[in-house]
Amino acid sequence: MNAIDNKWIGKRTIRPDGADKVTGRAGYSADHNMPGQIWGRVLRSPHPHAVIRGIDTSKAEALPGVKAVVTAKDIVDFPLDKSVMLGIQDMRWMCRNVMAREKALFHGHPVAAVAAISEEVAEAACKLIEVDYEVLPHVIEIEDAIKPDAPILHDFVRHEGKPSNIATTMVNKLGDVEAGFAQADLIIERSFKTRPVHQGYIEPHACTVSYAADGRVTIWSSSQGQFMVRAMTSLLTGIPQSNIRAIPAEIGGGFGAKTIIYLEPVAVLLAKKSGRPVKMVMSRDEVFRATGPTSGSMSTVKIGVKNDGTIVAAQGTFYLQAGGLPGSPLRGPVGCSFSPYHIENVLSVGYDVVSNRSKVAAYRAPGAPLGAYATECVLDEIAEKLGMDKLELRLKNTAKPGGKTVYGATFGAITFKETVEAIKYHPHYTAPLDKNPSKGVVRGRGVASGFWFNAGGESSAQLNITEDGNVNVTTGHPDVGGSRASIANVTAELLGIDHSRISVLIGDTSSIGFSNLTGGSRVTFASAMVVTQSAEKVIGQLKERAAKIWKIDPEAVIWDNGEARPAGPNAGQFPPLTLKDLAAKANEMGGPIGAGVQLNTTGADPGFATHCVDVEVDVDLGIVRVLRYTAAQDVGRALHPDYVEGQIQGGVVQGIGWALSEEYLYNAKGQLDNASFLDYRMPVCSDVPMIEPIMLEIPNPKHPQGVRGVGEAPIVPPLAAIANAIHDALGKRFYSLPMSPPKVLAVIDG
Amino acid sequence: MTDIRYLAPPTLDEAVRAFAAAQGAARILAGGTDLLVQMRNGMVHPGTIIDIKKIPEMTSITEAADGSFWVGAAVSGAVLAEHPRFGKVWPGVLEAINLIGSTQVQGRASAGGNLCHGSPAADSVPAMVAAGAVLTIAGPNGRRTMPVEAFPVGPGRTSLAAGEILVGFTLPARPAGSGDAYLRMIPRTEMDIAVVGVGVSLTMAGGVVTAARVGLGAAAPTVLLVADAAKVLVGSKLDDAALNAAAAACSAACKPIDDKRGTIVYRTKVAAVLLKRAAAIAADRAQGRA
Repeated sequence: MNAIDNKWIGKRTIRPDGADKVTGRAGYSADHNMPGQIWGRVLRSPHPHAVIRGIDTSKAEALPGVKAVVTAKDIVDFPLDKSVMLGIQDMRWMCRNVMAREKALFHGHPVAAVAAISEEVAEAACKLIEVDYEVLPHVIEIEDAIKPDAPILHDFVRHEGKPSNIATTMVNKLGDVEAGFAQADLIIERSFKTRPVHQGYIEPHACTVSYAADGRVTIWSSSQGQFMVRAMTSLLTGIPQSNIRAIPAEIGGGFGAKTIIYLEPVAVLLAKKSGRPVKMVMSRDEVFRATGPTSGSMSTVKIGVKNDGTIVAAQGTFYLQAGGLPGSPLRGPVGCSFSPYHIENVLSVGYDVVSNRSKVAAYRAPGAPLGAYATECVLDEIAEKLGMDKLELRLKNTAKPGGKTVYGATFGAITFKETVEAIKYHPHYTAPLDKNPSKGVVRGRGVASGFWFNAGGESSAQLNITEDGNVNVTTGHPDVGGSRASIANVTAELLGIDHSRISVLIGDTSSIGFSNLTGGSRVTFASAMVVTQSAEKVIGQLKERAAKIWKIDPEAVIWDNGEARPAGPNAGQFPPLTLKDLAAKANEMGGPIGAGVQLNTTGADPGFATHCVDVEVDVDLGIVRVLRYTAAQDVGRALHPDYVEGQIQGGVVQGIGWALSEEYLYNAKGQLDNASFLDYRMPVCSDVPMIEPIMLEIPNPKHPQGVRGVGEAPIVPPLAAIANAIHDALGKRFYSLPMSPPKVLAVIDG
Repeated sequence: MTDIRYLAPPTLDEAVRAFAAAQGAARILAGGTDLLVQMRNGMVHPGTIIDIKKIPEMTSITEAADGSFWVGAAVSGAVLAEHPRFGKVWPGVLEAINLIGSTQVQGRASAGGNLCHGSPAADSVPAMVAAGAVLTIAGPNGRRTMPVEAFPVGPGRTSLAAGEILVGFTLPARPAGSGDAYLRMIPRTEMDIAVVGVGVSLTMAGGVVTAARVGLGAAAPTVLLVADAAKVLVGSKLDDAALNAAAAACSAACKPIDDKRGTIVYRTKVAAVLLKRAAAIAADRAQGRA
């Protein structure tokens, strides 16, 4: 399967969804419309923190054109004393995030929703809803939220027995960190801050929902999992899953944030009350204000080394913003920060801190980048102090097969060292850098590494041979990064037929078996596995049909290059039977040909990445520009190289934005001050160079094609790589993100 | 939910009459790249929209015999960029106007709209101030002119009286040995709004500055003419002492705010840096080196 002479695997074929996307024909969330459809709008809290004493919707309901109003009392309540989990989401928090219940917890928190004959009427009706708020003092930043006298968001949250905004503590331990530091010749301990950053998908959240007279619900929306949409909507509305069909639209970016829902259950309840199909589309302002960015953080990392560079102990303390409800991605920094390295003694502690911000949502390797930022900057400083090459320090300490991680796993075959070496010998790292090309301009080079767990999990596939001898493959995963293109390559290779004869589709919740979220860098890994097994079953059927036709033993038939042939001269002399031949005879030989496989996939080994970046600093303006960026990663097997490279490049660009320009800015009133793409500064094309990906194809032995997840590891190293490059340029270290021009100039001017 | 009346009068007189008749309920539409965004955000709800793009005077670019230029208020950045002469005479003004928005926005956005929007961060305005542009304004009481720097009076506020419409810009004749430049600081490379913007126009003879004007944007409630900076440049050879003095005058003129786009400290420093850099480019252009 991994041979160099593969016909389809590893080839840059045309993506199945490509023509529709470049011609504007692809249907995204907001593109679906229904006859008789009405429009839903959300009323959002104007206060960052307030008790909701009452809501009077009577005036809104009386407005001509209004067809339905819903509030939290229409949403299924998940009482605070009992956790109900759906995957990693606690429904107690999801139900309160979709619609504020006891309290409004952030500016923009939904408090009611209206459906009306037009968006304008719905908007006007929202203004007629009277909410009786008891406004409370608010708290935004971590350092304020953990003070003893901070406004407390939730009475039920206790930390060390006292009311607190620290909702959860996660501790991972390995060895004895005190004993480890006692052996160290050099200990560096530094504290870092990062700001919340938004996933920045171009497509706002939207859905169209039908509630039929027989109580059956159909949902058209884009998400990272139609089955998640179905399950969460079912839990929040009380409608059984069998009565909900969630149809996945094309998705205009999710990056983790579309692994939860905001609108669908609200739209379903509006549709149920009104008897009309309901469409809801968020504005960009609503997306920024009320959907989850990832956590801002405060971290302290302490690393002890011997003089030869051996790391003897590491300790990390990570405070993460959860937003108004608990649930920040503690596992990211706690589990990933030290995992590229073999360290005997590690203590990694995370605190989940609630404050009056929108609830965080997953973002590409959730939490791992902010942890790696701290660790990899400290390592840079250690290498400097030891006078050691930065990559040599990493090579000296690479995690080993059989080594135990702080998060509990024991590594199998791992390929971190290869990523470090790929950078070490790359012409980028070995090229001289002119550090002062002109007056007022300095340049620097930085490196950093990163780790992500990767994941397997539930996937389903169905592979059917059409009556004319072509192929339909259906999986249950929204395609966010080219997974259909990869599946087409795998199917063509296995069946030995031309790529153009295969259609790859994404099934809705009623047409394909359960498939877990598109997330955790799992989809190509997991779906290639179930598609491979489905294809093997189909090939088995094809061989049986040929055997039946030839009246020989099925064991005596081989499938080769799209045809059934006798295994050898002893099996008999028969002309080969093609897929088309066998499809034509399908019914007389036993019926339709096709097979499906449903699995809980395992064997997704972790991903490692090492990056190298050159930056240029305008010392008079404090502007940092990225000149060159090289990213090495073990990708296992690139089924379709374009989309593996795209994942690496995309992750790096998001990391560049996180490092240099993106941040959530709140004003003194607790309102987000930059809820637009103008002032929430994601990099634009001209801000970044062509990112050079180095795909190391070291097959994952636990996967039929050798696939390893690739989507998340690329966003882990850039924050530190860029900080380290700026240090190399200026000789000054930065301990907080983003390294935006005013901050950089302030440090330069010292 | 309210109906909007759309008018596209073919003459300025008709536009002025319709605008006055609407008694404040009308908005002028040139490119619409600010107006339509404000309407969408619910910031304005005009009862009447008066499109001025059918009025020849407001969409024309004319170079007079004396070398002065007329640029109608509704001329888009893209149209101005295609003019065979304007960018050669006023490269700094053109580059400032062409920084407004993206390529798509350039097809619509005008210097007139940029000025009337009243933003202290408007890119074209510091360059127009440096150029010494004079405005023609028409209203119920006839026509009047004013220097561009007198037009803005605060963020979002202008000195247009009720019923008045900005008709266009007159850029003065250019003596030999003149050049201008506009630079802005933005955190990104594109699609951003000026944190500070500086326009410089110079006339030089024998390496000595004989005339200078400096416009400063995004550093005070309005775009400013920085006469003190110009004064120290005149008579100098743009030596370090003169540039440092002009840069210091620029910083001294700053009355910025701390906001999401920049800090007081940062804006004040950057104004000085941009003055020096823009002056260097303007000098190169004035002396035919660029």
